[in-house]
Formats: sequence, structure tokens, C-alpha cells
Amino acid sequence: MPDGLRLDNLTLWRDGTALLSLDLLVRPGEVTSLMGPSGVGKSTLLAAITGQLPPGFSTKGDIRLNDRSLLGLPPQARRVGILFQDHLLFPHLSVGGNLAFGLAPTIPRRDRRAKIEAALDAIGLTGFHDRDPETLSGGQKARVALMRMLLSAPSALLLDEPFSRLDTDLRDQMRRLVFSHAAERRLPTLLVTHDAADAEAAGGPVIHLPATQ
Amino acid sequence: MRLPPALPALTILALLGPVLAGLWGTLSAALGHLPAAGLNGPSLIAFQALWEWPGLASSVRLSLGTGVLATVISLVVTMLLLAGWSGTRAFRALLGVLSPLLSVPHAAAAFGLLFLIQPSGWIARLLSPWLTGWQRPPDLLLVQDPMGVAMVLGLVVKEVPFLLLISLAALGQIDASRRLQVAQALGYGRVTAWIYSVFPALYARIRLPVLVVLAYSMSVVDVAVILGPNTPPSLSVQIVRWMGDPDLTLRTVASAAAMLQFGLVALAIALWFGAEVLLAQTGLRCAYRGRRGSHDRMVRAVGFVSGGVIVGAVLLGLIGLSLWSVAARWSFPDVLPDGLSLRSWQRNGTAMLPSLATTFTIALAATAAGLLLTLGCLETEQRRQLTLTQKGLWLLYLPLLVPQTAFLPGMQTLLLNLDVDRSLGAVVLAHLVFVLPYLRLALEGPYRTWDLRQAAVAATMGASDNRIFLTLRLPMLLAPILTACAVGMAVSVGQYLPTLLVGGGRVQTLTTEAVALAAGGDRRAIGAYALAQTAAALLPFALALAVPMLVWRNREGLHHA
Repeated sequence: MPDGLRLDNLTLWRDGTALLSLDLLVRPGEVTSLMGPSGVGKSTLLAAITGQLPPGFSTKGDIRLNDRSLLGLPPQARRVGILFQDHLLFPHLSVGGNLAFGLAPTIPRRDRRAKIEAALDAIGLTGFHDRDPETLSGGQKARVALMRMLLSAPSALLLDEPFSRLDTDLRDQMRRLVFSHAAERRLPTLLVTHDAADAEAAGGPVIHLPATQ
Repeated sequence: MRLPPALPALTILALLGPVLAGLWGTLSAALGHLPAAGLNGPSLIAFQALWEWPGLASSVRLSLGTGVLATVISLVVTMLLLAGWSGTRAFRALLGVLSPLLSVPHAAAAFGLLFLIQPSGWIARLLSPWLTGWQRPPDLLLVQDPMGVAMVLGLVVKEVPFLLLISLAALGQIDASRRLQVAQALGYGRVTAWIYSVFPALYARIRLPVLVVLAYSMSVVDVAVILGPNTPPSLSVQIVRWMGDPDLTLRTVASAAAMLQFGLVALAIALWFGAEVLLAQTGLRCAYRGRRGSHDRMVRAVGFVSGGVIVGAVLLGLIGLSLWSVAARWSFPDVLPDGLSLRSWQRNGTAMLPSLATTFTIALAATAAGLLLTLGCLETEQRRQLTLTQKGLWLLYLPLLVPQTAFLPGMQTLLLNLDVDRSLGAVVLAHLVFVLPYLRLALEGPYRTWDLRQAAVAATMGASDNRIFLTLRLPMLLAPILTACAVGMAVSVGQYLPTLLVGGGRVQTLTTEAVALAAGGDRRAIGAYALAQTAAALLPFALALAVPMLVWRNREGLHHA
């Protein structure tokens, strides 16, 4: 079996009704876009991959990441990072504190600060370590959220319409930033979106999900 | 990781254990079984003695009458205020004053009212002698009247703020403003529109708290001791008198009366259910007729004036208490004292300190234990994806629906038989029964509305459930948790009967001391104690406001909370 994120004959069910079926492989460094009307279960599919299905939903088939089945693993052990349209920064932690939350605890105390400062440099937020996240602009918050997730060293990336809340010019910047980081880290990436421009910028395969009957 | 359901099990035990054990103790003592007094039942002697007590009929009438009347008036005033004024600027202003009044202990509010309306009170002084001609306090039964009117007033001023705040929380869940808009667009007057479109949905959500008010008002002791009649007193006060008698055999009579009190409250709740059905049918018939009732200015005025009178009564009462606590000579009919002095604070201060310490010790212990249990329950339910059902809600309210005078005497006799009564720990357990429901009610909303996507994001980054709970959820919920603690502390500070009965008179808090002063009539001491009691209940609220502002001063994202 090849590396990457594999949805192996995966069917998503809600209370005995099949919502959608997918069979696909997202290769490392590739972005696959899922497009379709709202309500077809795109976000729920992502929740199935992170292991956080709401009550009433179930799946059949397999979800494999780098040839390891994710089914049965708790979300904490799946190493699947996710970004939502809301930044979801923790309001009680500083910007640096948010990034540190993502950083694995195995990284020793003395190296943590340097790693976080380097991460801030990488997203153009040098010197923002002690800032209140609420005082950041929308684009800055989105960048912190991205970096926080990347610092947790995921093996795959899920994007749930992460650009839809941003202004048009900011959206373009953010897309480039996200996709370049994903490519650099060779992460298999699954993008859920309404916006054809997102899928186009992603440059990978596009799958159109049909509306459910 | 799944938490073992130990905390929910413990919570249910802490909630129901004392109530059920207490009821059992009351029942067995009522049936003449009290080994501590050398009595072995079963027998009906206690019920016989109760039956032969000449005051029985009037004390039963008083309990039933004042309890039902206080509940009806409180509910009507609350609904008039909401129907006529909710959403207006005047309403918000009124609410701003009413909310802090909620935490004023019942005893302090009752003393304040007493100082206002008694023959030598502020109102009589304001009107004398120019209007009334009184040079001396008139010989009128303005308080402790045999009908219990003053007692009803004392209950109403405390229960209206309670029902109002409970209602406001519920109104947000039923889309009240749009219901009102739709009905008003059809030509209904504001009050009529509100009663037809909002009230039924609201009442369904506040029904349990209304029943709590009914059960509480029927069996209240501290307010009845301060404002109610003495000869004979209401049934609950008489129960407490018998319980405090050195003759231990009288405790069986007290227990028989407690069972009667239990039956009375059950009867009143059954009658209330009947009245609900009648009212609902009448309401439906009226709504079908389609009268618009667009001339509702009078009704709105009545609602607003009642609300204003309540706020005024409690505020003036508190001012009166403060003034008496620092008054030098203050003779009738002077409106103000001749001078101010700190003598009564100096005289009572040293005696007050140990009571103050005991008050806070009990409140802190009960609140801390309650918080641990409540957060444990909420978190366990969250992880197991359970929600509080209607049945669970009844369970939560049960300790508040069973009259205190029904199960606390039994709890005392049980502890007496075990020879562990009069201890601080037992009092804390008794307080916990009343603190737990309020902690849960205060935390339920904030805990459930916390954005779970924060936890989802954290979990994908590898954070464990425990780490999410400790480093994300708890700190983000700091403000509501502290507010809930303040509510719990205020509930504990205000408790009279659990401290008195379970503490066996040995555990003295500001509340028991203040109520004990009622008979003596030393207004300066009453003023000082009632004021200290109010301050003890309000201080935690001030801290609950200040601490999150200080801790999160650099975190704007938490300021709205």
C-alpha cells in the first residue's frame, strides 16, 4: 500500500441512511478538494477522519494514514491536523501559548521557546509571542492557527473551508501559505470547500460530491 | 480516557442521601421511635400529642395560606414585570438593582422589612407626627400579624428577584422577543400578547423553580420567626421550637408535625398542578376568543410599581439596618438618629468574628465540595455524551422541593442516635444538599455553551481529555465558575435551618446569630449582624466579578463572558 491518506470504500451513515461514499487516495504533498452543496456531510466526513463523529453518525470501510488504520484510534493518536473557517485560537493563552499548546510535550523546555519564535518568524509575526490573540487581525489569527496545527507535527492535513472567512486578497495569501507548508512537509491534504477558486489554487484532484436524495 | 462514574454517583448520594435518610429519621421519630430519648416505637403517641396541640389548626392554616399566597403574588408580579416591561430600558435598570438583591439573605431582607414597616419603623416615622399624630409608636400589629401578611411581604421581596432571574435565563431559549413581535403584529396589546404567546412556553421552563418557591414559602423558618406571628406560629416554626426543647420526647411531636408539613407541601403541590390545568384551559379559551386587550397601560403600571416597591423595600431595609447599626440615640418619631456611633459594632464585633469565621468555613467547604462534584458530573456527562434529562432535573430539584422542616429534624435525630450531631462536618453535608442544585443550575448553561470545537482542535493536536479540561475548559470558564461559587456561597451563608438543626445549636453562623436576636429586639445588634450577613453573601460576588477581570485583563477574547 502506498503512503498517504486513504479512504478505503468509506461510507458515511446517519441513523441508517448512507450520506456519501468515497474511495480515494491523497498522496503525500498532494491536495485533494472535495466540493459539494452544504449538508452532504463534508464536514462530518472530516470529523470521521479525526475520530470525532457526532452521535448518530457511523462509517463503514476503512480510513488509513500511511498504511495504518485510524479506525479505533482516539483523536489524540491519529496525527491528523485540521483547520476550520474559524481560527479557534484559545482566548486565554497568548499567541506564544497557543503555539506551545500545539508543540509536542516531548520537546524539552529549553528548546520550546526557540521553536516557537522560529515558527512566528515563518509566518511573519516576529515579536508576537506575548500578544493577546484577540488583538490580532483576521489574517494574523489564521496564520497562528495554521502554525499551531503544524507545530503538532501532523501526518495529514484536513481543511474545512479555512479561507471562507477571509477577505479576497487575504484569502489568496493564506492559500499560498497553507499549500506551500503542506507541500514542504509532504502532507496528504484534504480540502473541503464551496469555492471553486480554492480547489483551483490547490492544484490537485477535485471531487464533486452529489447532493443527497 | 473515560472517567469512572464515581463523581455522579457521589453527587446523587450527596443530594439525596441526607434527604432520604432525614425523611426516614423523621418518620421513625414521628412513629415514636427515638432511642436517644429512651423511646421505642412504633406508636402513635406523637401524632396524638400533635392532634391535641391547640395551635394546630391555625398554624396549619398559616403555613398553607402564607406559602400559597406568597408564591401566587411573587409569580404574578414577576409575570407582570416581564409582560409589561421586558426588553425596555426601564426594565434593564430595575434588573440592574434586582440582581444583586437576589443574594441578600432571606433573614437580612426580612429584618430590613421589619425595620421599615413595624410601628416604630421608618414608614411610621416618616408619616409622624404630621400626618398620623403619633408621638409614640402606635399599638398596631403591623408585623407578626396573625394573618401573616408581613411574612408574605417578606417572602415576596425575595422570591420575585429569584423568579425574575430564572425566567430571564429561560426567555433566551424560547425566542421570546419574536413570539411577542408576531403577536403584537396581529394587533394584540403588549401584555396580552406576552401572556398568550410567551407565558405558556416560559412557564413550562420555570415550573420547577416555582414549585421550589411554593415548598420553600410554606416551610420557611427564619422569615417566619422575624415577620410571622408568634402565638401560634406557623407549623415550621413550631417544629423548630419543639426540636430545640430540652425535653427530648418533644422531638417525636416535632417529627410528627414535620411529617404533617411534608404532607401539606405535597398537598399544595397537587393543588397547584390542578390550578395549572384550570388556568391553561381558561387561557386557551380566552386566546380563542381573540380579544386584543390593547389597553394595557394600567397593567403595565401595576407591574412596574410592584417591582419598584420591592426594590425600594429591600434597599431601604438594608439602609435602615446600616443606620441602626451605627445609630446613637434614635427616638420616635425622628426620621434620623441624633448621632452616629460605632459602639454597637465595637460591642458586637468581637462576638461576631467567630461566627463570621464559622460562616465562611462552612460556605467554603460546602462550595468547594459542591464544585468538585458538579464539575465532575458535567465533565463525565460531556465525555459520555449525556445530557441532563427532565428526570435528572427533577432529581436535582428534589432537595429543594422537600420542605426543609420535613427532613432536617430526621437528619438531626439520626445523627443524635449515631452520636455525631453538632459537628461542623455534618452541617457542611447539610449545606451541600442546598448548594449543589444551585451550583449545577449556575454552571449548566456556560458549560454546555462552551465551544466544543476548541476541544476538537486540541484533541487533533494530541491533547488528552484531561489536559483539555484542565488547561482549556476550566480557565476559559473561570468567570462563570467563580460566579457559580459566589451563588453557592450566598446560598450557604443564608442557610438558617440546616445550621440550627444539624448543628444542634452548637454551630453558630452569622445567620443563626442574627435570627436568634429577633426575639430580643436589640435593633443595633440586629442591624450589625444582618449587615454582616449580607456582606458575607455579597463579598464572593464582588470577587467573582473582580478576579476574572484581573486575571484576564490582557485577554480581550474573554471579556464579554
